[in-house]
This record gives sequence, structure tokens and C-alpha cells, in this order.
Amino acid sequence: MVVPESVRAIRHDERAESAVKIQTRSVDFFYGDVQALFNISLDVQPNSVMALIGPSGCGKSTFLRTLNRMNDIILGTRLTGSVLIDKTDIYGSAFSVVELRKRVGMVFQKSNPFPKSIFENVVYGPRIHGIRNPGQLEEIAERSLIRAALWDEVKDRLSMNAMELSGGQQQRLCIARALAVDPEILLMDEPASALDPRATARIEDLIGELRREYTIVIVTHNMQQAARVSDETAFFYEGRLIEVGITKQIFTNPVHKQTEDYITGRFG
Amino acid sequence: MTKRRYFEKPIYWLMRAVTYFIVIVIGYILYDIVRGGIGTISWEFLTTMPRRSGAEGGILPVIIGTFYLVIGTVATALPIGMAAAIYLTEYATQNRLTRTIRLAISTLAGIPSIVFGLFGLGLFVIFFGFKASILSGSLTLACMILPIIIVSSEEALKAVPQSFREASLALGATKWLTIRKNVLPYAIPGMLTGSILGVGRAAGETAPILLTVAAFYLPKLPASIFDQVMALPYHLYILATQLPDVDAVRPMQYGTALVLIVLVLGLNLAAIFLRIYFRRKYRW
Repeated sequence: MVVPESVRAIRHDERAESAVKIQTRSVDFFYGDVQALFNISLDVQPNSVMALIGPSGCGKSTFLRTLNRMNDIILGTRLTGSVLIDKTDIYGSAFSVVELRKRVGMVFQKSNPFPKSIFENVVYGPRIHGIRNPGQLEEIAERSLIRAALWDEVKDRLSMNAMELSGGQQQRLCIARALAVDPEILLMDEPASALDPRATARIEDLIGELRREYTIVIVTHNMQQAARVSDETAFFYEGRLIEVGITKQIFTNPVHKQTEDYITGRFG
Repeated sequence: MTKRRYFEKPIYWLMRAVTYFIVIVIGYILYDIVRGGIGTISWEFLTTMPRRSGAEGGILPVIIGTFYLVIGTVATALPIGMAAAIYLTEYATQNRLTRTIRLAISTLAGIPSIVFGLFGLGLFVIFFGFKASILSGSLTLACMILPIIIVSSEEALKAVPQSFREASLALGATKWLTIRKNVLPYAIPGMLTGSILGVGRAAGETAPILLTVAAFYLPKLPASIFDQVMALPYHLYILATQLPDVDAVRPMQYGTALVLIVLVLGLNLAAIFLRIYFRRKYRW
């Protein structure tokens, strides 16, 4: 489960060689009879940040949740097409959802720490995956909190109830909790939408740091945020992927008129 | 507008009066029982065997009998009720089967307790051959309080935010692991408080035990779960109706009623304190 630093480095080199980290092909998604996604084909490069933008209800969150199969827990949903991670179909019958979600971490819109201590929050994932050794758990907790840029603020009070942290700290704790199971991909569903500008800036800095080690897909309503943090941007509208490209290009010179209208605030 | 204002005050006072009336009724019942019973309560009353059909002596086997029945009821109803609630809230999908189950549960809650008594007599006492025993009585009481336990457990489970489940699943936990580690710990206080209220009800019921366990007069302690016992509510009924010298037995009635009320109120108080304690401990 826990990969030593040296091994991680090798894995990262390999990742740089293999081209695409996440690859979706012709994904259609249905809530019951209602189709929410239409023919989505999208590639996400390793160690990059992909921003998903679009007006509310455009399907970007639904798409994000297809990448770790979180939609599976909603009754009556159905997906066709394929979602490949490292060239393996994660909806394949042989694929383990538990294994998938270990590799693909998720940070939710509303920070959702458990009403336990900070330490217990971070080691929740490692614990359920069978790590018992207290020393190892402490080491994971420290490393994850450092990576989530929260360590210095909480290192003296790891036994404090996580609910007593500020909103921004709670969200970074949730990021630390997701990092603790050592994922390769991090999905973020509007991670800063409930935070004040300072806390938002910290999360954005953090995303800039994390992209070196992880592949990140982030849903955001904030155009500036997408422009600041992402390498590529995908624009969704009414369940369809309208345009995807290098962020700078999407924001300065979009191909489609709908994209331009949305970015310049003419609708949405 | 003026019309509404005319009605506002009288209605307010009516509501208030009704509320006070309820409190007064409860207060008077408690006052009467405490006043009549406190003189009877003594160490001897609580710890010795009854004599002369309960007209004299203590009520030790009666207390012990109710205690065993409560333990037996909890031991059977709690696991079954909790499991049913977990299945209904966490696993079952909304379909005809689960709707039928829910209908059955609410029907069960509305069945008169004497019917449970007859059911217990038919199934446990006769069909399974458990005879009139602690086992039969506990199982019958368990059937009766199952709806209370299931419904309160379901409420407790639903009160745990969905985000706890999602966050846990997103970390790669299986569904059962998520429920065990990140839902049940927060739901169990609510489940327990609801269940304690159910147990309080079981402790005070007469009809279900009448035909399945309760002995008229049995001045010895049970040796196994296949023995009959005396129980507080039934003993009270006997004292009040079946003994010849009513006035002489009256202190025994009051004393027994007081013990029963203290037991049931104690259980309810325990439920309240447990809820307060856990509400402080787990906040979200």
C-alpha cells in the first residue's frame, strides 16, 4: 500500500512515458430514463490538471463521478461506452471498485470530515485497507498532512476533533485523507466553492503542488480558478463535451461560440 | 385581521391549559404512587420472598423475573431489530417487497398486546414446546417491541449524513465496512435510546407475559430460561384483584407499583442521558 519514495519516483517516470492517464470513449450516462451525458470522449494526461467547467447541471460533476464509479451508489444509473485508466476499463467485469477508489481519490464540494480526531480522519483509508502498525499509520498521517499543507497548523493537536477546524482546514484535511491511501488520480468536485478567498488561494496553491505527483481532475464554477490551476480545460454544456484544449487557448481563443459566451459570462 | 387577533389569545391559553393538565395528571399519579408506596419500600421488601400469595413478605423473585425478561427481550429483539433496520435503510431498494415489509412493521406496532400474548402461547409455548418460560415470554415481548426498535434504528441510521458514506466509499471501503466503521458508530446511540424506550414498554406489559411466562405465585428464583417467573406488572394485577383482603394488601400494591414505575422511568431517564452524552460526543 505505502510506496517508498524511491519506488514512487520510478513509477512516475513510467507514467511520463505512457501517454494518457484517463481516457473515456463515447460515454453515455443515464439517471433512470434521463440521459445526463452524451458521447463524452476525453483524455487526461498524467501529472496534469484538467478543469471541467460549464453551467450548473451540464454534467461535469456526473462525469467526474464516473471516473471513480461513485455514481454506482445511486440507484438506477447506467453507463455505456468505456472509461480507461492506464488503458484498463474500470467498468470491466473483472475490475474491483475498491481497488479503483484506492487509485482514484476524491475530494467533495462540501468538506466532509468524519466526527473523529484529525489523526483518525487521515488514517481512515489506510486502516480500512489493513494497515494496523501504529508507527506506520503515524508516518502516513504526517506525510499526508504535509502534502495537504496542513501539517504545520495541526501537528500539535492531532487528537482534536476534526469538526473544530475551520472550513478551509477541513477541506485540506479531506485532501490529506484522500492522499493517505496513496492514489494516482485526485478528483475534486468544486473543492473551494464553500471557502473564503484566502482559503481558496491555499487550495489552489496546493493543487499546483500536487500536480507534480498526481493527475488531477477538478470541477469548478470559478473561471479564474480554472484558468489559474489547470493545464487543460474541458467545457461541458447540456451533457455534451463542447470543447477541450490547453487552458490558455480555451480562455483566450476558444473555437466554439458557446465556450466563448460562457467564459465571457454571457450565460451560465 | 382583527378576527384573527380575537382568536389568538384564547387558543394560546387553551393549548397552555391542556399542556398543564397533562403534567398535572402525570404528577398526581406519580405523587399518589410514591406517597402510598414509599412506606412499603425497604431492604426487606426488595430482597425477600413473598409469603401468603404476596400479601406479605417481599417481591425479590418478581423483580428478578422482570429483570430476566428484560434481558431476554433485549438479547433477542436488539440484534434482529438492528439488522432489519440496517437492511432496510442501507441495502434494500425501494420496491414492492420493502414496502410490504414496512407495512408489516407498522401493522405489528398497532397490534394489541394480548394478541401478541396469544401468538406467543401458540408459537413458543405450544408449537416450539418451550412451555411457559422466560424464553417464551422474552421472545413474545421481543416480537412486540421489534417495530419500536426497527423504526428508531432506521431513524438513527438516516440521521447519519450521506456524506459520511460517500467519503468512506470514495476511499475504497466496501459497503459493509463503511456501514460498520462510519455509519453504525454514529447511529448506535440513537438506536440504543429508541430501544431502551421499547424495553421500558416491555417491562411494563402484562398481556404478552400472562400466557407465556408469568406465574401467579412462585416464591423461588428461576434456575434456567425454561422456568416460569413472576413479573412486576402481572404481580400487581394479582395483588389488586385476586387476593381476599384488599385493604391489607394495599401497601404491597403501592410498593410493587412504585418499583415498576421507578424501573420504567429509570430506563427512560437512561435513554435521555445516553442521548445527551452522545449528542455532545458526536457533533456534525
